[in-house]
Amino acid sequence: MADAALRDGPRGPKPKKSFSRANIFLYGTLLLVSLYYLLPLYVMIVTSLKGMPEIRMGNVFGPPMEITFEPWVKAWSEACTGINCDGLQRGFWNSVNILIPSLILSISIASINGYALANWRFKGSETFFTILIIGAFIPYQTMIYPIVIILREVGLMGSLGGLVLVHAVFGMPILTLLFRNYFTSLPEELFKAARVDGAGFWGIYFRIMLPMSLPIFVVAMILQVTGIWNDFLFGVIYTKPSTYPMTVQLNNIVNSVQGVKEYNVNMAATLLTGIVPLVIYFASGKLFVRGIAAGAVKG
Amino acid sequence: MTYSVQIKQLDLAFGAVKVLQNLDLDIHEGEFLVLLGSSGCGKSTLLNCIAGLLEVTDGQIFIKGRNVTWAEPSERGIGMVFQSYALYPQMTVRGNLSFGLKNARLPKAEIEKRVNRAADILQIQPLLDRKPGALSGGQRQRVAIGRALVRDVDVFLFDEPLSNLDAKLRVDLRVELKRLHNQLQNTMIYVTHDQIEAMTLADRIAVMKGGKIMQLGSPDEIYNRPRNLYVADFIGSPSMNFLEGRLEGGNFKVDDMVMPMVGYEFLTPQTSDHTAVIGIRPEHVVTGELVRNAPLQFDVDVDLVEPMGSDTLIYAKLGRHPFRIRMDGQARVKSGEVLAIGIDPSRASIFDKKTEDRL
Repeated sequence: MADAALRDGPRGPKPKKSFSRANIFLYGTLLLVSLYYLLPLYVMIVTSLKGMPEIRMGNVFGPPMEITFEPWVKAWSEACTGINCDGLQRGFWNSVNILIPSLILSISIASINGYALANWRFKGSETFFTILIIGAFIPYQTMIYPIVIILREVGLMGSLGGLVLVHAVFGMPILTLLFRNYFTSLPEELFKAARVDGAGFWGIYFRIMLPMSLPIFVVAMILQVTGIWNDFLFGVIYTKPSTYPMTVQLNNIVNSVQGVKEYNVNMAATLLTGIVPLVIYFASGKLFVRGIAAGAVKG
Repeated sequence: MTYSVQIKQLDLAFGAVKVLQNLDLDIHEGEFLVLLGSSGCGKSTLLNCIAGLLEVTDGQIFIKGRNVTWAEPSERGIGMVFQSYALYPQMTVRGNLSFGLKNARLPKAEIEKRVNRAADILQIQPLLDRKPGALSGGQRQRVAIGRALVRDVDVFLFDEPLSNLDAKLRVDLRVELKRLHNQLQNTMIYVTHDQIEAMTLADRIAVMKGGKIMQLGSPDEIYNRPRNLYVADFIGSPSMNFLEGRLEGGNFKVDDMVMPMVGYEFLTPQTSDHTAVIGIRPEHVVTGELVRNAPLQFDVDVDLVEPMGSDTLIYAKLGRHPFRIRMDGQARVKSGEVLAIGIDPSRASIFDKKTEDRL
C-alpha cells in the first residue's frame, strides 16, 4: 500500500499551468501599463513620419499612410530658431561638446573622491563626506544666481567651459556617494595587500581599484549622460544662443510662434534629442543594473 | 639570541575603545609565534599594527632592531597573507606575485627569478598564467603565500590564513606551512582562533584576551601549565573540568571529597588556607585497569556518552558537579553506569579563586 502511494504520488517538478488566473492577471496588468506608458511614444513616432496634410486630417493614432522622413531631415538641418535656420545639428554638437568634458571631469574627480573617502580615511573624512552629501539635497534653483556671479567673476559666463564646470560640480555629491559606496564594498584586505606590496595612493587607484570598478563607472556614465544631456535649466542660463545645448534649441523650435506649427518636425526634433541617452541606456543597461545592485548591497 | 620583532608598550585605541593596552612582545629570530584568542581579543589588530596598516596610539615597534613605528608597510620588511587571500582579481598569478616587486622597481630578470623560485617552493608553476578566479581555495592561498614569499622579507605575517578553507585542506596546508617554516627559517607571526593550528605550528603561543597577552609560552607550557583560569579554559577541547573548593594544608576539598595534592608543584609554597579552583583535563582522567595505580580514585555517574570514533566523550557527575572524561574510542560505556576514575594531581592545575592565577 505505502509503496504504491510512493510510486504514484507527485514526482519531479510540479507542472505549471500557463493560463492560470494569476498569470492572466499578471501579464494583463503589465501589458496594460506598458501600453499606457508607450502610447505617447507611439504617437510621436507616427506623427514624425507623416506629412503635414495627413496630420491636419486629425487621425492622431493612425499609422502614416505615406511614410516620409522629410520632417527628420528638416528638424536636423533646416528648422529655424530665431535667426538661425540650420536645424538641431548645431545644438547637437554643442551638447556633445558640453557632455564629453563634463563627463570626464565629473567622473574622474568623483571616483577619486569616493576612493579617498572609502579607503584613505583621514581626520574629518566623515564630516567632509556628510557635507558633500548635503549638497545633493539642495535645490538647484537656489544656487543659480550665486553661480551666475561666480562665473561672471572668473570670466566663464556664457561659455561652454562655464557650463562644463557647473555640470561637474553638481554631479559631484551623488557620484561621490556612488563611488564611495562601491569602493567600501570591495574587500578591505585587497587594499591592505596592495599597501604591503608597496603601491601608493595612485598605484592602488589605477592598478587595483579601477580595473575592478567597470560596473560602477558605467552607472556613473549613464547617470551623467542622461542628466547632462537632458539638462535644460543650466543650459539656458549659463550659455548664449550660439552655444545653446540641444534641449534649449529644441525648446526654441517647438515653442516658436511664427508660421504654421509643424507637428511632425517638432516630434522628429524631440525624438532626435532623446536618442543619445536612449542609445547609452540600451547599450549598457545590463551593466547598469549590475552596478546599481553592487553599490546597493553594502554602503 | 637576537630579536626579530620587538613590540614595546604598544597602545591602540579606536576613539574611546582601547583595543591594545601597554603590550610588550619580543619575538626571536626564526621563531614561529602564534597569536591565539577568541574574536575581538585584539590579535588581528596587533598583526595589523606590526604590518603598519594601523597607526598605533602609543608605543614602538622594532623589526630587526630598526624602529619602524612610523614606516610604511612596504618599508618594514614584512610579507602578509590574509584570510580572504586578497588576490588582485584582474591580474594573473604571475601578475599577483610580481606586483610588489614592480612597485619596488626591481629589474625584470630579478623579478622573473624570484617569481619562479616562489612558484617552485609552493608548486604553483602550472598556475602562473591563470587568473585567481580560476583557482581553488587552496591554490589561491598558496598564491597569497607566494606573494609574501617573493618579497624576500624577514618576517611573515599570517592573518587567519586557513580559516576560509575546508577542514581537510586546512590540515594539508597546515602541514605545508610548517614544512615551509622549517625550510625558510623566517620569523613568522600567525594569528588564529584555532587552538589546534596554534598547538601544531607554534614555537611559542601568545594567548590574548581583551588586548592583553594572558600567557606567552611553548605549546607544551600553555597546555600543561596554564598560568591562569582563562588560558586553562581556552586551551583544550573538550575544555578542562573546573571544581571549586578550598585548599587546606595541602589538601583540596570539594564538598566532602578530599584530594591530597601529592606531586603537584605549587608556584609558591601555600601557607594559608583559601578558596581555589582545581582544573582537570578530560584526557588526563584514567579509567579501567589504570585506576588502581592512580593517586586519587573516585566513582562517577555517567550521564551521557558521545562516541566520536577516535575517542569517546563521557559527560558524568562527580558528586554533584558535572565532569567530562575522555576515553578510548573503543570504550563501551552506557549512560546510567557508575564508572571508576583515577586522577593524578601532578597533572592538574590549581588556581586562586579571586585572582584566577595559577598557584
